[in-house]
Amino acid sequence: MKASVGTKGLIFNEPLLWEKGVDGRRGFSMPTRDVDEAPLDESIRGDGPQFPDLSEVDVVRHYTHLSQWNFGVDSGMYPLGSCTMKYNPKTNERQAALSGFTGAHPLLPDQLSQGALQLLYDLERYLAAVTGLPAVTVQPAAGSQGELTGMLVFYAYHKSKGQPRTKVLIPDTAHGTNPASAALCGFKSVAVKSNEKGILDPANISGLMDEDTAGIMVTNPNTLGLFEENIIEIAEIVHNKGGLVYADGANMNAIMGMVNMADSGVDVLHLNLHKTFSTPHGGGGPGAGPVCVTAALEKFLPVPRVVKKENEAYSLSWNHPDSVGRLHAFYGNFGILVRAYSYIRSMGAGNLKKASQLAVLNANYIKENLKDTYDLPYDRACMHECVFSDKNQNQYNITTLDIAKRLMEYGFHPPTIYFPLVVHGAIMIEPTETECKNDLDAFIAAMKAIDRETRENPELLTEAPRIPKVRRLDETLAARKPKLAG
Amino acid sequence: MRYLPHTDEEITEMLQVVGVDNLEDLYKSCPRGCCTITDMDLPDPLTEWELNRHMDELTAGMGASPEYKVFLGAGSYDHFIPSAVQYLLSRSEFITAYTPYQPEISQGTLQAIYEYQTLVTWLTGMDVANASMYDGASGLAEALLMSIRVARRKKVAVSTAIHPHYRQVVNTYFSPTEYEVVEIPYLENGRTDISRIGNLDELAGVAVQSPNFFGCVEDLGALGDIVHSDPKTLMVVAFSEPMTYGLLKNPGSLGADIVCGEGQSFGIPRSFGGPGLGMFAAKQKYVRNMPGRLIGQTLDKDGQRGFVLTLATREQHIRREKATSNICSNQGLCATASAMYMATVGGTGLRDLARLNYDKNEYLKNELAQAGFSLPFNSPTFNEFVVKFPDGFENTYQKLLEKKIVAGLALENYYPELPGCYLLCATETSTREDLDILVKEVTS
Repeated sequence: MKASVGTKGLIFNEPLLWEKGVDGRRGFSMPTRDVDEAPLDESIRGDGPQFPDLSEVDVVRHYTHLSQWNFGVDSGMYPLGSCTMKYNPKTNERQAALSGFTGAHPLLPDQLSQGALQLLYDLERYLAAVTGLPAVTVQPAAGSQGELTGMLVFYAYHKSKGQPRTKVLIPDTAHGTNPASAALCGFKSVAVKSNEKGILDPANISGLMDEDTAGIMVTNPNTLGLFEENIIEIAEIVHNKGGLVYADGANMNAIMGMVNMADSGVDVLHLNLHKTFSTPHGGGGPGAGPVCVTAALEKFLPVPRVVKKENEAYSLSWNHPDSVGRLHAFYGNFGILVRAYSYIRSMGAGNLKKASQLAVLNANYIKENLKDTYDLPYDRACMHECVFSDKNQNQYNITTLDIAKRLMEYGFHPPTIYFPLVVHGAIMIEPTETECKNDLDAFIAAMKAIDRETRENPELLTEAPRIPKVRRLDETLAARKPKLAG
Repeated sequence: MRYLPHTDEEITEMLQVVGVDNLEDLYKSCPRGCCTITDMDLPDPLTEWELNRHMDELTAGMGASPEYKVFLGAGSYDHFIPSAVQYLLSRSEFITAYTPYQPEISQGTLQAIYEYQTLVTWLTGMDVANASMYDGASGLAEALLMSIRVARRKKVAVSTAIHPHYRQVVNTYFSPTEYEVVEIPYLENGRTDISRIGNLDELAGVAVQSPNFFGCVEDLGALGDIVHSDPKTLMVVAFSEPMTYGLLKNPGSLGADIVCGEGQSFGIPRSFGGPGLGMFAAKQKYVRNMPGRLIGQTLDKDGQRGFVLTLATREQHIRREKATSNICSNQGLCATASAMYMATVGGTGLRDLARLNYDKNEYLKNELAQAGFSLPFNSPTFNEFVVKFPDGFENTYQKLLEKKIVAGLALENYYPELPGCYLLCATETSTREDLDILVKEVTS
């Protein structure tokens, strides 16, 4: 076997910011004072925060050292299932940093913000083309706020029919955000079990769907990486009882150009631009969670809407009395929308479709290569991700956590672990389309080597990782005696 | 396409391993009824160079600073961003990482956010801060929902001098719930009329913004005395301009239980309103009711200091429908940017810079008053204030746009009782000359 990707390297210890400050240092070029000091009411004057004083070099070294303790997509393969850690194109950063955008105040008169409004308008149209759902808002700031927006649409729709409903069906393969978003709108979640094939059973839905149920939230492809084959039938059942179908589109990256979500019976869908549309995740955001709906539900979308009448300029429109209201102080995470727009313009329809196909090809390639080594609870053609378990390794007292930690030392970010909950000891692998065959082969080889170590030298796993800046951390201590600030 | 690394040969080889004939056949499990027949209706792909030209054209007509002199605040502020912050933030180890689920290889993000949480507690005078919310508006909505969880009451009171957009977001979050939002009017001096809060024993939380939407600094001490006369009611203080606390007393020192606001001023470009940063802090005793991610300090197997995501039992991925919020991704990179900014400016620097901001505003205010314009609210202000222009000023406003000056925000759309009133903002980025030109132009 070739040498593993992970190797030795020099990194640096770095204290906390306030452990290195010296009063009187300056890191900031103070603007020239060209006005006099004005009187100030002493009763409101404070002392100012006791931030450390640092030089510019102090700050630069500090964050450079910190960055070297991180693993990003640019560092290597990051097959974090459900999170879609695809490559984040650099041109997107260039476009979002254009001064015409970064220097634009959100309340500029429409005539001075035509470029930004046009981008918002066109991005909505593009997302409509990708999903098949004609009306779009790009205001929600992340996937979970998109879910909340979708649930607000559910609520507003049923209220407008004069029949508020109290429940929402949520499969056991759903993201944890789904029940939490439904709960914010006062909906009680009704858990739906997936069947032995890992997908939803229409008979099961039939038994649960009633006229007090607002609809269903389906993640499709689901968190097992499987397409919900019965989605059309399920949507019919829900619609026949007056309900709506919500699709968590976090996994849209698997099916662009291949599946039309509107044709599958979906009424409301959110997208994660930081997953499917290549915008960076930033170590925890900012993301963006646009929501796409059918024409019948457009009137409920958040305000303001971007509108364009023929021969007129782009403008913001507030006059939508049925709207669920405003979700963001302004128009959402605009800088992220610019990146997604740039991605779509760079790719075009053909490449987006091919990106989905290659994402699915990569996941199936890994699945086929590892299924004799790791337990594969649902041995079926998968979409963009595949889910193994640690069953085979458990007999040697090795768990998913050990495998994940050892994988770091081979130079890979671990997959998502212990999710979805329906698989005990889940190892959820999503390579994405931007990983080449050589890197997939290296990953497969690492996973096989780790399996051998399970039998031959288990300490390599139980003691892993030794190479990173820190070793396994005591999470119980962190939770029992929380220290959340210095 | 340069983001898709597969050669045709590799695709063939991989398809063989998978056991299907072509890429389309990977989708056999998708029902025919929803398989796309026609191509998505999207424009043809652009080369990198064509995209550059297209985006340059798109941004060309934007009325962006510094080409335009934009005297607009109202929740989005123009402050200088040091190059060091921009360059450090562009390190891809920060940008291209996910939420730090694997702490051993995410210590950079984790320590940076732990430091951010700490700096926010010092800025606001609170005990604990979370890893961020989406923005100031959703932060306020979440703060009020949190007050309902803590106090176990069903009503909150919100000052009408809070940013109108923030109040709209609060109403959106509250609309499907059984909870009620009541409004507190403002006084002739531009401050909230805290004598009209209503029956405290019904209220979970009372929210004001300071400085408020009019730029007026609220009397938080007096508000705290009233709110805390009921031991269960929480005092919620919002803000849109964190620079304030470099000069003025912070909300924590005046009794706030939850402080939430927009942190965009600290190292984050306005970027047409987002991404910004929801700063969120509270008293220690409420920590288990807080929404959002928290980073905590701990030890590794060898006893070294390290950081992890903690108190996750509050969160959606563990508690599901019983979670304190549905938030998952937050504004991590923006939080990191603001920490870099706070570190760069430093404690001494922030005090000096905040003072300079205050003095620029006072200068502009005085010059306008001297030119004969009335300033309807006489409370102390920070970074923005309201001025009443004479009838017909809309024409002057339009003419000034042609001279690349944006003379504030007309308030009448938000407050019909304030016709002719404009909210003006000046920060350290305006020179005295810029301010003099503005005064001259609105006078002529």
